[in-house]
Amino acid sequence: MAPAEEPRGDELEQKERELALLKQRMALLEQEVADARRRQQHAAASTTAQDGPPPPRSFACSHSLSKEHVQRYSRHLLLPSFGLSAQERLCQGSVLIVGCGGLGSPAALYLAASGVGTLGLVDHDVVDLSNLHRQIIHTEARVGVHKATSAAQACAALNSLVKVNTHMDGFNPANALEIVRGYDVVLDATDNPTTRYLINDACVVLGKPLVSAAAVGTDGQLTVYNYGEDAPCYRCLFPESPAPENCSRCADAGVLGPVPGAMGVLQAVEVVKLLGGVGDVLAKKLLIFDALAGRFTTVRLRGKRTECVACGLCPSITRENLAAYDYVAFTGQAPTDAAPSLSVLPPSLRVTPQQLQGVMSSAAVSGRAPPAVLDVRPANQFSLMHLPNATHIPFEQLDAKVEEVKDLIRGSKCVECSGGGSAEIGEQRPEAGLYVMCRRGNNSQLAVARLRELGVLNAVDVVGGMENWAKSLDPSMPVI
Amino acid sequence: MPDIKVLFFAKAREVAGLSEEAVHLQEDAAHTEALVALLVQRFPSLSSVLQTCVLAVNQEYVQLKDKVPLKQGDEVAIIPPLSGG
Ligand SMILES: [Zn+2]
Repeated sequence: MAPAEEPRGDELEQKERELALLKQRMALLEQEVADARRRQQHAAASTTAQDGPPPPRSFACSHSLSKEHVQRYSRHLLLPSFGLSAQERLCQGSVLIVGCGGLGSPAALYLAASGVGTLGLVDHDVVDLSNLHRQIIHTEARVGVHKATSAAQACAALNSLVKVNTHMDGFNPANALEIVRGYDVVLDATDNPTTRYLINDACVVLGKPLVSAAAVGTDGQLTVYNYGEDAPCYRCLFPESPAPENCSRCADAGVLGPVPGAMGVLQAVEVVKLLGGVGDVLAKKLLIFDALAGRFTTVRLRGKRTECVACGLCPSITRENLAAYDYVAFTGQAPTDAAPSLSVLPPSLRVTPQQLQGVMSSAAVSGRAPPAVLDVRPANQFSLMHLPNATHIPFEQLDAKVEEVKDLIRGSKCVECSGGGSAEIGEQRPEAGLYVMCRRGNNSQLAVARLRELGVLNAVDVVGGMENWAKSLDPSMPVI
Repeated sequence: MPDIKVLFFAKAREVAGLSEEAVHLQEDAAHTEALVALLVQRFPSLSSVLQTCVLAVNQEYVQLKDKVPLKQGDEVAIIPPLSGG
């Protein structure tokens, strides 16, 4: 039993919710105060100027930029290949950034700094501590705050001349066209193929250029879709979505922080060129960044595919039917970067972390050998932390090491454990000879299923893996 | 026997376990189709990844179903889509 002064689980959750709400309110208040202070300063400046008769203007100019604009963007204005008219166009332009994460963070900051007229920021998630190693627009103080709010605050602090809109409900088939309609250019800075196809289709049916980047691990890609006469769209290049198991996700595969940073900055470069009307926009070319090799490669692409369902000669995706298109069915994946949660085992082959802990402690109390625990995570995750009595065999090596698994079961006394604190397990599953553990409870199920095919019938999976163990039994565990 | 340099990116690199591979093609099968068949033979788990990859011959986009001729020294890149960010 927990001591009385420790908050119970539900109380703790309520306190966490309260804290997140307070942080959100604080972020909004800070923004309001900053805005009010800025307005006050502007008002004070104009009152001072109005004290006497306005001095006669001693210069001539025929552009729309104020003195503040000219000072702020002076280095753009000095640049022969950019200059006054490009900056004016940029200041009148509007950009939608879908995703305020690893790509969206640097893209939004650079576009705000460069003086884009209007910036739209889309997200649905809140800032998490694991975001901060690459999503540099957010801060420790804003963990728990909505990402669009947090990003808007950073942009406003950087450049108050930019109008920033937040779209807090994320990007989905129902709101896609309504959101995209209001902007000149769209940035794909999302983390999943489902949203990528949706953004593409919305841009194609509304005729908006799409500056698209992606990054996973140490690889990055960048191109501008749907720009100019003949540039292909995302579906022209990737008509089929990769199978979910072939999609690398930052949440599983990891990502080197500055790699999405580099790609997001390059997205900002393309937008500035595109809106400013300078240079060659990276359409019909795919830029590939291999960070480990330190190599950029540019692949020349073909034009539109005539049979493309979005931008081809007879498109089947239209303004009218886009909202009803089932993107989740098309990609087989939810619009998040989390791997789908599997449920392949019957309940009889699954135990909760609490049940396993019960077996472990009753073995310890009665002096029996601890139950056999097999951890199938990759080596880098296992070495970060693992259960004290766990044996490590990565999922990929199960087939080759199945004899080792059988030895492990033979060596444990777990088969007999059926009394004391583990009565529940003992009664329900007297056969549990091996407890299989992974990170989130997907591979552990696949491992149990595979072991059954290999003749090991008394293995069970620990539901939700180490993540669930940490959540329900030991919050101090450094899970990733 | 033309020697082809194959470059693997992202998931293809992960599955093949290397970033570069020299491949010798037969004179009478010097095209991308034969190269892809040979790669699948060498790295069976590459097969499903290849289904949605972009191929580039000397930095020029090629569809998987195309049968583009290859010659000595050509460089073929296997580029899976990335979707993270
Ligand atoms: Zn297309």
